[in-house]
Amino acid sequence: MRRAELLMALVLGAFSVYLMVKSAELPIGWIPDEGPGGGAFPFWLAFGMLICCVWIVARWVRRKSPPSRSTEPYLAVTTRSTIIRVIVALTLMIGAIHIIGIYLSIPLFLLYYVRVMGGHRWPVSVAVSVITPVVSFFFFEIALRITLPKGYTEPLFYPLYDIFM
Amino acid sequence: METFDLLMQGFGIALEPLNLALVIFGCALGLFIGAMPGLGSVNGVAILLPMTFLVPPTGAIIFLAAIYYGAMYGGAISSIMLGIPGASTAVATTFDGRPLALAGKADQALITAAGASFIGGTISVVLFTLFAPPLAEVALAFGAAEEFALMMLAFATFIGLGGDDIPKTLFSIFIGLVLSAVGLDIISGEPRLIFGDLPGFFHGINFLVLAIGIYGIGEMLWTIESSHDGVKVSQASFSIRRIATHLKGLKHSLKASVMGSFLGYFVGILPAAGATPGSIMAYGMAKTMSKDPDSFGKGNIEGVAAPESANNAASTGSMLPMLTLGIPGSPTTAILLGGMVIWGLEPGPMLFVEHQEFVWGLIASLYVANLFAMLINLAFIPAFIGVLRMPFTILAPIIFVLCLVGGYAPTQNMHDVWLILIFGIVGYLMRKLDYPLAPAVLAIVLGPLAETSMRQALLMSDGNLMIFIERPISGPIMGGAVVLFLLPLLKLFRKSRVSASD
Repeated sequence: MRRAELLMALVLGAFSVYLMVKSAELPIGWIPDEGPGGGAFPFWLAFGMLICCVWIVARWVRRKSPPSRSTEPYLAVTTRSTIIRVIVALTLMIGAIHIIGIYLSIPLFLLYYVRVMGGHRWPVSVAVSVITPVVSFFFFEIALRITLPKGYTEPLFYPLYDIFM
Repeated sequence: METFDLLMQGFGIALEPLNLALVIFGCALGLFIGAMPGLGSVNGVAILLPMTFLVPPTGAIIFLAAIYYGAMYGGAISSIMLGIPGASTAVATTFDGRPLALAGKADQALITAAGASFIGGTISVVLFTLFAPPLAEVALAFGAAEEFALMMLAFATFIGLGGDDIPKTLFSIFIGLVLSAVGLDIISGEPRLIFGDLPGFFHGINFLVLAIGIYGIGEMLWTIESSHDGVKVSQASFSIRRIATHLKGLKHSLKASVMGSFLGYFVGILPAAGATPGSIMAYGMAKTMSKDPDSFGKGNIEGVAAPESANNAASTGSMLPMLTLGIPGSPTTAILLGGMVIWGLEPGPMLFVEHQEFVWGLIASLYVANLFAMLINLAFIPAFIGVLRMPFTILAPIIFVLCLVGGYAPTQNMHDVWLILIFGIVGYLMRKLDYPLAPAVLAIVLGPLAETSMRQALLMSDGNLMIFIERPISGPIMGGAVVLFLLPLLKLFRKSRVSASD
């Protein structure tokens, strides 16, 4: 936990510097008759972020904040693998949306989560994986008229469009 | 009596078939969300906001407010039955609710919680109706400097009343404001902070992306981690007669409920405080004023009534500054405020002039929602207890999918879905290190308003910062903000002096 606290402060501090540099691409000073330049607001706020990070590190050195005193691991061993698997599954699902579209990647994700991670029986897993995208289709595409990304599976939906829209 | 007429007009809107259906549906859904461990009103409102595009703005806010209300009722269910709060707002309910459940009095605790919530809701809605119009009238005179000063005050409450880790709270405010500045500069129209020249950043970072990331993905990761060990659901038996007996028994905890309601309402108005500290304070107050303080924590029914009335009252209280000043009083109302911007309404006092039907429809719907939340709660307690037995491994993936699809819907851009995932993971990692995230959500909603009002005010004064202090209303507000900013430093100073003199 103690190492994570320092690492997070350093990463966020570096991000603050990046934000300051990025803001400075626009004028950060005073422009006559126009007020503060477009970059001033984010620049000084990012500077504030940097100060906070320095402050957090200072407290870390003096062991003031609870995480900087904690000897517990940052990610508990018992839950670490679950969390990582969830994050990887989510990333793969979003990545897959670009290629195979939302109506194939969502069932795959649900099937993995409910069946493999949750250990539920097949009927339950399949039911969840089929009902969720079907409901999404009717709610978003039919009721709200919001087209969800379908990637290469788009042609498969032409008949459905013909029926419902 | 003008207020009364407007309220009646509001009832006309709230009782329209569509809106009434939305209230009932919202209450039921809110109860469900509140009852699930880990999910509270803020998660429900953030995840479901994109779904409300289906109905007109008035219906949408009525629906979301009903969820807000229902979740406050529902939070008590898991606090009592599982001993883990269904939402952070119901933390104090576990103190006495759990011992009561273990002693076989779960039904009494649940019914008292529902009754106390109703009292809290009713008192606070009446207070709201009386306070809102005059406050909005005063706020109509506010200019850019006052608006900016109010926002400073809102942020200062996080420093003054938030936790003890000041740099992390400040960091959260700053990063929220910086993220709100991404996109096209509001005055010159130049693009700024376009990370990696990705075109997705040109339309800025929608507050909803951050809110769904933190309160959807991040919260689920957090819950997966913390609910790893199985929990046991207590038993509760119900019959009409027992419900009637317990409802009659409510008068014993009436004093605690009424006190909790007033306290919760006023604490709820403060941006940083809200329902969680409000309910904890109400619990503490009920304990100190009780004749038998030792029985608290061991199953005193007043210890359930006080926090439950307070958290409902606080949720109404937090809507007061949102509607009248355009400054949200809680993370949930921050999201509602952002929703209003999406629906094309400008939050703030002008709402009371230009969109009367919206404002009064909402206020009247709170009365309706309060009633229905209690009725649904009492009628379906066994069903909501059943929710607690629902396996999380089915619920969690569905909520993940809902977050991502819901996050895609408003802008229809995959760029935002990726951002939601990133914010969710980073938010989760930061939360583990005690970074408060609510200030960041408030900041990203208020950011564009804060920047515009600051730049306008500075333009008026030609760069003279004194404008924020010299103006008659802005000055005292700024003063209050400065005091709140310095409060924790003063505490620190006193602490070090005490330890030095030891």
